[in-house]
Amino acid sequence: MALVLTEEQQMLRDAARGFLDEKAPVSALRKLRDTNDETGFSRDLWKEMAEMGWAGILVGEDYGGADFGFVGAGVLAEEMGRTLTASPFLSTSILAATALQKLGGDAQRQEHLPKISAGEAVFALAVDETRKHGPQKTAMKAEKHGNGFKLSGDKTFVADGQVADNIIVAARTAGAPGDAEGITLFLVDAAAKGVARERTVMVDSRGAARLKFDGVEATGDDVLGEVDGGLVALEGVLNAGRAGLAAEMSGAAQAAFTMTMDYLKERKQFGTEIGAFQALQHRAAHLYSEIELMKSVTLKALQDLDEHYGMAGIICSLAKAKAGEVAKLASQEAVQMYGGIGMTDEFDIGFYMKRIRVAQEMFGDAAFHADRLAAMRGY
Amino acid sequence: MSDLEIFRKNTRAWLEDNCPTEMRDGAGGEDNICWGGRNWQFQSEAQKTWLERMAEKGWTVPAWPKEYGGGGLSKEEVKILKGEMRDMKARSPLESFGIWMLGPALLKYGTHEQKLHFLPAITRGEIRWCQGYSEPNAGSDLASLQCKCEDKGDHWLVNGQKVWTSYADEADWIFCLVRTDPKVTKHNGISFLLIDMAAEGVSTKPIKLISGKSPFCETFFDDVKVPKEHAPGIGSIVGDLNRGWDVAKYLLTHEREMISAGGGGLFGGRGMGEIAASEIGLEDGRLADPMLRGKIAQAEIDGWAFLLTLERMKDEAKAGQGVGANSSMLKYYGTEFNKRRFELLMDSGGSEALEWEGERTQDGKLARSWLRTKANSIEGGTSEVQLNIIAKRILQLPGA
Ligand SMILES: Cc1cc2nc3c(=O)[nH]c(=O)nc-3n(C[C@H](O)[C@H](O)[C@H](O)COP(=O)(O)OP(=O)(O)OC[C@H]3O[C@@H](n4cnc5c(N)ncnc54)[C@H](O)[C@@H]3O)c2cc1C
Ligand SMILES: Cc1cc2nc3c(=O)[nH]c(=O)nc-3n(C[C@H](O)[C@H](O)[C@H](O)COP(=O)(O)OP(=O)(O)OC[C@H]3O[C@@H](n4cnc5c(N)ncnc54)[C@H](O)[C@@H]3O)c2cc1C
Repeated sequence: MALVLTEEQQMLRDAARGFLDEKAPVSALRKLRDTNDETGFSRDLWKEMAEMGWAGILVGEDYGGADFGFVGAGVLAEEMGRTLTASPFLSTSILAATALQKLGGDAQRQEHLPKISAGEAVFALAVDETRKHGPQKTAMKAEKHGNGFKLSGDKTFVADGQVADNIIVAARTAGAPGDAEGITLFLVDAAAKGVARERTVMVDSRGAARLKFDGVEATGDDVLGEVDGGLVALEGVLNAGRAGLAAEMSGAAQAAFTMTMDYLKERKQFGTEIGAFQALQHRAAHLYSEIELMKSVTLKALQDLDEHYGMAGIICSLAKAKAGEVAKLASQEAVQMYGGIGMTDEFDIGFYMKRIRVAQEMFGDAAFHADRLAAMRGY
Repeated sequence: MSDLEIFRKNTRAWLEDNCPTEMRDGAGGEDNICWGGRNWQFQSEAQKTWLERMAEKGWTVPAWPKEYGGGGLSKEEVKILKGEMRDMKARSPLESFGIWMLGPALLKYGTHEQKLHFLPAITRGEIRWCQGYSEPNAGSDLASLQCKCEDKGDHWLVNGQKVWTSYADEADWIFCLVRTDPKVTKHNGISFLLIDMAAEGVSTKPIKLISGKSPFCETFFDDVKVPKEHAPGIGSIVGDLNRGWDVAKYLLTHEREMISAGGGGLFGGRGMGEIAASEIGLEDGRLADPMLRGKIAQAEIDGWAFLLTLERMKDEAKAGQGVGANSSMLKYYGTEFNKRRFELLMDSGGSEALEWEGERTQDGKLARSWLRTKANSIEGGTSEVQLNIIAKRILQLPGA
């Protein structure tokens, strides 16, 4: 398969770019922040996105989705990255939709997927319990209780957890923290008894939460996939999220880079455009190269998720690691090359730096994924 | 079955039948290349057979048109052929400056007669070319070159010196940048001239590299007479007189694309991590040197991302065209990466990698290769020059 977008995917990208530039520029995120918006995104905007088929981009047509595949989802994530659009796209349309499509039983799909497609339900995936990502470290307990389970434990850094209607949560039905086996995914109603959530205001002004589960009851029907399904099932879902985040960071980095290049051509010091200084030119050219690498590896990860879902682990780690490092570089160079202006809140570049920092950390930073890659490659 | 699937099936079968077993060891590297040319000594009977069979099919240069000795394959077919060859670890049957550099330039700027005359001899490995660009005072600033070329009616008279001419002492012909008009500004008076190295007045003097080898030379031209036509209708200048700079630049994009591919080879054979694991050993299943492990993992990420970028850029290029100014990006990144890769290989080789002579290390094969890679970011235009080109042509920054 050629490493390029198909015509359909290109059309999706162009349409998304036009829409987002108009309806969800960076100023929209700024407004959410300045008004201390409780939701963390605009429900009206999300509704419009759903009408265009974005919310159900990964969902099969039987459930009202667009069935556009991971590359399609990545195209949207990248475009939302360009404008730093706040939406539950990652949590609901990538993570939850993947989990339900790949692991859900008929009844679960029937119940939830049409709502996802319609933009009526917001989901959150609750995995991490400590400050650094590590699904294997899962300690939260799911103890047998009659025919069902009782869930107890804490989760942190849960994207859109502050408003999610449903939560997909990883808990231990067996084994100890550190074991790859014994992890089970549960679908929990966020309004269920024993669920407490605290919104965490994050550096990127996007919605996230800490969740507490205190003896939350779940039945066998709430199990997503197999009991003790283990890391393998969860990693599949996380891989989709990692590739989605890589695409989002790719979009954000490209936008920051374009702004910076425009500035280099405009700002004058020492009687000339600062872009004429070779010290900046070489760094810009290096960054350009890195961005091209990031684009390639991100697209490949998305293509592989479409074509060999179960074998896309290494390439998704690669994409997440590379995109994290390159996007970080792009945001740092942007602030530096803008000089004093880059440090001001009034100017948008800071928003890029902040969102990239969060996306970098989510579901594993570059070090996590480099190590994961080394382990998978036998060293 | 789609046409491409049929092509894949037939290609695989043909390769199975025709690729000699000795040529299926995946060996690459400067020592194992078949360069061809009048002076070429085949390293084995198998190398000869492999070249002949592939040349017969036009698959030494599969993308070139059939009438010029190529295979006439589409971009997708070439990708399949290369993939199948890689899977069976088939060596490349032939590599040469003719394939990498002169051929693409002739295909774009040559006359039909020049193509018919020069290209098939390249695809069959009969004529080996070298590149006469650099001069003692014209390196990065190539357009300041001075090698003189005067119009003497039925022939050109060439006087001057080239330097760093790779394999000049083994090549049959040289494609050369010469100054045909000394009066105009520098880019405008240059022509792209084809010279037979056997012509009277051409001489070469090998230069030894820090790797201990002598793959390049000084090349001297003393009153060399180059006929205006090498054969009836076959002009010795490619492109228009005094417009050689266009040809030279276009050729460089192909040269850079080729050099950047050297950054690959990473996952074809053994990866860096695998090599380090076998040399240093594992502890609890992980490379025993954790700091090195981290560096290697990061390098593997970059290397892999780079290979995918090569692939993507080729996929994006229109049929029959190169990657244009992005060749500078690929050249810059690929060569810097290759240097980094060899530093890591030296790190994992430890003291054994430092042995320079003796059978155990094949006379310091790794150490010599490591030193050779240092030239990657110099030859074909330095990294700094590539960054300048990216800044100017791609990013369109001012004053670049
Ligand atoms: C937090 C903060 C506090 C500050 N406090 C003070 C203060 O108290 N008093 C005060 O007077 N100022 C202060 N400044 C201003 C500060 O000194 C300037 O921001 C700084 O000198 C850069 O100038 P500039 O912002 O105009 O950027 P520019 O000069 O426009 O630079 C933009 C970019 O171009 C690069 N560049 C410029 N010229 C060249 C060149 N010749 N070669 C290569 N690269 C070049 C710069 O390195 C930078 O990356 C402060 C700035 C900040 C961010
Ligand atoms: C192994 C090898 C094989 C080669 N084979 C051939 C061949 O077959 N045919 C051929 O014609 N040539 C060949 N070359 C020559 C090669 O193309 C030149 O060495 C190269 O173009 C650099 O020129 P130079 O050595 O004169 O260095 P210089 O141009 O003198 O450069 C010296 C340093 O200054 C830097 N520099 C120069 N200009 C700038 C600028 N504007 N901005 C920033 N930095 C700058 C360079 O990047 C470099 O680091 C070969 C070289 C090597 C090492």
